[in-house]
Amino acid sequence: MSAPSLDLARPAGRVRNVPIRLPRGALVRLASPLALLVLWQLAGTTGLLPERLLAAPSTIAATALDLVQDGTLTGAIGVSLRRAVLGFLLGAAAGVGLALVAGLSRLGEHAVDPPMQMLRALPLFGLIPLFILWFGIGETPKVALVAFGVAFPLYLNTYAGIRGVDAKLAELGRVLRLGRTALIRHIVLPGALPQTLVGLRQSLGVAWLALIVAEQINADRGLGFMINDAREFLRTDVVVVGLLTYALLGLLTDAFVRLLERRALAWRHEFRA
Amino acid sequence: MTPVSGSEAGASASVTSLPEPVVRVSGLVKRFGDRAVLDGLDLEIRRGEFVALLGRSGSGKSTLLRALAGLEPVSGGELDVRGTVSVAFQEPRLVPWKRVAANVALGLDDPDPIVAAAAALTEVGLLGHRDAWPLTLSGGEAQRVSLARALVRKPGLLLLDEPFSALDALTRITVHRLVLDLWARHRPGVLLVTHDVDEALLLADRVLVLEDGRIAHQSTVGLDRPRHRDHPELIELRTVLLDRLGVTVEGTS
Ligand SMILES: Nc1ncnc2c1ncn2[C@@H]1O[C@H](COP(=O)(O)OP(=O)(O)OP(=O)(O)O)[C@@H](O)[C@H]1O
Ligand SMILES: [Mg+2]
Repeated sequence: MSAPSLDLARPAGRVRNVPIRLPRGALVRLASPLALLVLWQLAGTTGLLPERLLAAPSTIAATALDLVQDGTLTGAIGVSLRRAVLGFLLGAAAGVGLALVAGLSRLGEHAVDPPMQMLRALPLFGLIPLFILWFGIGETPKVALVAFGVAFPLYLNTYAGIRGVDAKLAELGRVLRLGRTALIRHIVLPGALPQTLVGLRQSLGVAWLALIVAEQINADRGLGFMINDAREFLRTDVVVVGLLTYALLGLLTDAFVRLLERRALAWRHEFRA
Repeated sequence: MTPVSGSEAGASASVTSLPEPVVRVSGLVKRFGDRAVLDGLDLEIRRGEFVALLGRSGSGKSTLLRALAGLEPVSGGELDVRGTVSVAFQEPRLVPWKRVAANVALGLDDPDPIVAAAAALTEVGLLGHRDAWPLTLSGGEAQRVSLARALVRKPGLLLLDEPFSALDALTRITVHRLVLDLWARHRPGVLLVTHDVDEALLLADRVLVLEDGRIAHQSTVGLDRPRHRDHPELIELRTVLLDRLGVTVEGTS
């Protein structure tokens, strides 16, 4: 990966102000990971670290290249990504939809919020046996687990965001004679957005975690299957490649959310910069 | 206690040509719990009239203003407000996620709200900031945007709740001039709540004092604008008003 101190959220303009310190700081921060990598490699080539415990970095790199070239890795990523995206979309629609219902009407609040608050207490991964009973062992339980995990952070944050909208701005809406729809559109929803984005970030974290766990349990395709299959043949190199792929996907989605935040909350960021 | 006392100059002058009232309040009562904050209050404001409202902290000035704005249900009495009402609050209350022009145009019932907003921003000298985010504005600029947003609705009644109290002295003078200017051009009825006796005397046609839930005193200021704070008539009125507010002034009179 790139330099660890590279902050995607940092405005580009600020980098110019410190032309000398940034690269040097990045180099300093890179030194110890690089040293560890070298030690790891040495331990591997000298046989100090047996390959069935952990493969050497060079082996892992070669394996990664092979897996990409023969299409195993890309195929697995495609399968896992599809589960993640599908689960995320379903969960997000449910979470945000329910939050709107609960946040925008008293009746909705009484109907939706109490059960949601109770359900959130359930341990996500404790649901796996039930999901398997209900949905079998195909794609559905995996997608459902991701969806369930995604729905709650988004629900809780969006609901709190709507309820937390500044009462003074709501009063302003009355003074400006905004109708209910205009009030929701111009004041309530944009006011809830920052909190919703916090929920989005949490929910994406949960989504990957839920996917990883679901894929460990039973899968005949995807990254989790690739890892499990490799374990049976003591292929630690493949296991590590799978882990790194999960990590990379997590980082990518996080970068995506940051980008989204920067655009959607420009009214805050330009102020700080 | 009589509800209205003090100077009555001009009140009976030209009965025939008086503009129509935009506010007519009689016997207004507002209770919080069993405490009557407004207790049989009478008030009339005519179109084009600039009225300032003084009163000690907690005397119910904001409550009256909020009642006029329809933000506070009243407990009794009659309240008749004609035409469009605009409010500028103590804090500018700009919507932070809308750019300046969009703030001014928000909820505006106009065939071309963007053009109207631009015109209003020109009037307060902030057209150049129309695409700025509210959080980047200075306090005085934000307050001027808030004024533009209130005035763009062409209100018959403009309610101002201490909109200048957070501004520094210099900015306040500029904004005073601006308000007088805009008022002279659009002629809404104005009710300005303030703590500042000088501000009231510099700006208003009539200065009211709210006490015990009623208008306990009223002074009419007949001077042309712009006024000078050391004009003898203003000095005299200031002493009277401060006295009404329970502040004794030493070294004057
Ligand atoms: N929503 C409310 N519930 C209970 N009491 C209230 C409420 N709003 C105002 N009051 C009370 O009514 C009284 C008048 O309040 P108001 O805000 O009108 O005073 P004010 O004259 O504007 O004071 P200030 O000059 O400090 O702004 C105060 O004692 C206040 O505590
Ligand atoms: Mg007040």
